[in-house]
Amino acid sequence: MDFSYSEEQQMLQESVGKFISQDYDWDSRQAVAKSDTGFSLEHWQLFAELGWLTIPFKESDGGFGGGAVDLIVTMEEFGKGLLVEPFLANTILAGTIISEAGSSEQKSAFLAPLMEGSLQLAFAYAEPQSRYELANVQCNAVIRGDEVVLNGHKSVVLNGAAAEKILVSVRTSGKPCDREGISLIWVDANAAGVRRECYASVDGQRAADIWFDNVSVPAVNLLGKAGDAIDVIEMTIDKAALAVCAEAVGAMQMSLSKTVEYTKIRKQFNTTLSTFQALQHRMANMFIELAQAKSILLMAAMEMDRLEGRAPKALSAAKSRIGKAARLVGEESIQIHGGIGVTDELDVGHYFKRLTAIQFSFGSTDYHTARFARS
Amino acid sequence: MNIDFSTEELAFQQEVSMFLAAELPHNIRDKMANNIELTKDDYVTWQKILAKKGWAATNWPVEFGGTGWTPAQKYIFDNECATVGAPEVMAFGLKMVAPVIYSYGNDEQKARFLPDILASNVWWCQGYSEPNAGSDLASLKTTAIREGDEYVVNGTKTWTTLGQHADWIFCLVRTGAADVKNQNAISFLLIDMKTPGINLSPIYLLDGSPEVNEIHFDNVRVPVENLIGEEGKGWTYAKVLLTHERTNIAGVAGSKKRLQDLKEKAAQTSDGLSDANTMLSDNSAWQQKVAELEIELLALEYTELKTLAEVSTGKAPGPESSILKIKGTEIQQAIDMLNVELAGYYALPFVRDQFLEGFDGVAIGPDQAAGSAPAYFNNRKATIYGGSNEIQTNIICKAVLGL
Repeated sequence: MDFSYSEEQQMLQESVGKFISQDYDWDSRQAVAKSDTGFSLEHWQLFAELGWLTIPFKESDGGFGGGAVDLIVTMEEFGKGLLVEPFLANTILAGTIISEAGSSEQKSAFLAPLMEGSLQLAFAYAEPQSRYELANVQCNAVIRGDEVVLNGHKSVVLNGAAAEKILVSVRTSGKPCDREGISLIWVDANAAGVRRECYASVDGQRAADIWFDNVSVPAVNLLGKAGDAIDVIEMTIDKAALAVCAEAVGAMQMSLSKTVEYTKIRKQFNTTLSTFQALQHRMANMFIELAQAKSILLMAAMEMDRLEGRAPKALSAAKSRIGKAARLVGEESIQIHGGIGVTDELDVGHYFKRLTAIQFSFGSTDYHTARFARS
Repeated sequence: MNIDFSTEELAFQQEVSMFLAAELPHNIRDKMANNIELTKDDYVTWQKILAKKGWAATNWPVEFGGTGWTPAQKYIFDNECATVGAPEVMAFGLKMVAPVIYSYGNDEQKARFLPDILASNVWWCQGYSEPNAGSDLASLKTTAIREGDEYVVNGTKTWTTLGQHADWIFCLVRTGAADVKNQNAISFLLIDMKTPGINLSPIYLLDGSPEVNEIHFDNVRVPVENLIGEEGKGWTYAKVLLTHERTNIAGVAGSKKRLQDLKEKAAQTSDGLSDANTMLSDNSAWQQKVAELEIELLALEYTELKTLAEVSTGKAPGPESSILKIKGTEIQQAIDMLNVELAGYYALPFVRDQFLEGFDGVAIGPDQAAGSAPAYFNNRKATIYGGSNEIQTNIICKAVLGL
């Protein structure tokens, strides 16, 4: 039992933390978020040079060989800066699908450019009717010899706008909620029959809804054995859930400290807000929520490392608890700031938005509480 | 960073488990399992068994007879004890006054008091609160006026847990002049309960037990060598003690065991809403409450482990220990309430004798159901004692957030 970060993890934390605090100030973040692409290719290239894009990949695949703890160290720092670059969507989600399901040819074709920062991918798994049930796949794929024909609609695909290639969960056999019969396939984003509606999400990130209308894809694009994809999909989504849990912890930390600092300067009734016990206790409560969130995040990360990335119960405990904390810290930060908190100008409202988005990504708080109770 | 136990730790776990199976007296284990109140003798018997093994003082430095365990070992020990239902050691001697004595006492005091605490030869109680000094502890009024080689103590202490069993009491007393600022006039004094002028009267709590007492000091003469450290520094020492007390009252291992028992019982209890075959454990409202509580406890377990890891590097537990107190007691009380909910109608009967040694009447209700409401009532104390949870919140505001 050891609760300290390794030397490597400390260095990682320092280097990501330094980038966020020195090069990712609020104004530049907003400028990037509001740009056409919604993120900075320059930053992305820098991440590649610093080796951050290799973090979750196995050493045998040319990666850093990072585990769950390395992942949360990185994401917590990104969370502090409300990062809009698609580390989660591209590197973690799509990257994990490729590294877990891809053949060696597919891995060498995709992983190197992914780690070099020259490839944008997205993983399309959710559908309008599926909510958080990953096996609820109606997007249909018919395999005819060496061709696969896709039809269906995928919702809220993160990084769906920038992606050059889209990894799609499809049903190749069985009924809509069967665990068997789900496959993974990659599709060129510009293939005939692919239609994308791209939009910004409430937290300033970019996503797309994507329709497939008789899209013809070569059968060699299938990732892994047809019909057997559900385990890899669940593992990938759990990893992404852990990542956003860590991101939430970073965001909550900033939201709390900004709130505490604000109460020390804002005056009402001839005194600073920080002197009012009604507000002090709310902030102490936020601190306790954050401490509990940090603890359960470490628990889940260590369990995932121990069980080779397959610790759904531990992950659900973390996502449930952190979701609850994120809601409280986000809402209380706004309340304690008062009117200025509901303006678009101030960063604290944007932490609130990201914390809200996280609560409803990769399984909501209630979804994970129920999954914890069942497992 | 990892949560695996090493080979040595796994061997230790085995050792603890075998020790408990062999040494925990069956009558004590049965009382614990059936909610029968333990007697003074039960506690002393168990603590002496632990002392013989060298496992009584899990938080002391080795030089005074402590175990010198790592946080992982403490964690293993607490969890193994909770799992088999071994009683927790009485905190007042081993976990509360002893750290003050070995940290601030002189060599003579260490030699005089620590061995008897370690061997559980002496039962200690705590003299902090007073009728008019509760959460505002520093406003305490008990005085100790020096006359030659003695202090003459006058005043009243209250909420003295199991003071009826105590041989000694550690007290916060006012030694300074009346105009000295509150906290700088407080000293830490050890008093023999047999000294003339001490009178103790029981206070009955909501569960009908005389668990706490009021103690009156009427011209009680205490030798000056019973003063710990310096006059006027008692508040500083007490604060250190209080942070130890707070980490101790999180009670994570105990709550884990109780929650596990609760889940097992819920699986055998009808939900009372539908047919007799639907168990409470299948009810989604119940499931959600239990799951949220389990998750909160899991988070607290790691908060505690991190705190213990820091303490093991030589740091005193910081203001973060307030989190352990707040969350630990909230969870305990939530489990208390779920036990009442589980009992249903059988939460109502109140046959106090049923919980005392030697009861030979007809026990009312299913196992443990009858004790659920009294336990719930009694344990409302948990968020009040040890510095109320609101005081802990103030500590976080001041010491952590700088408010």
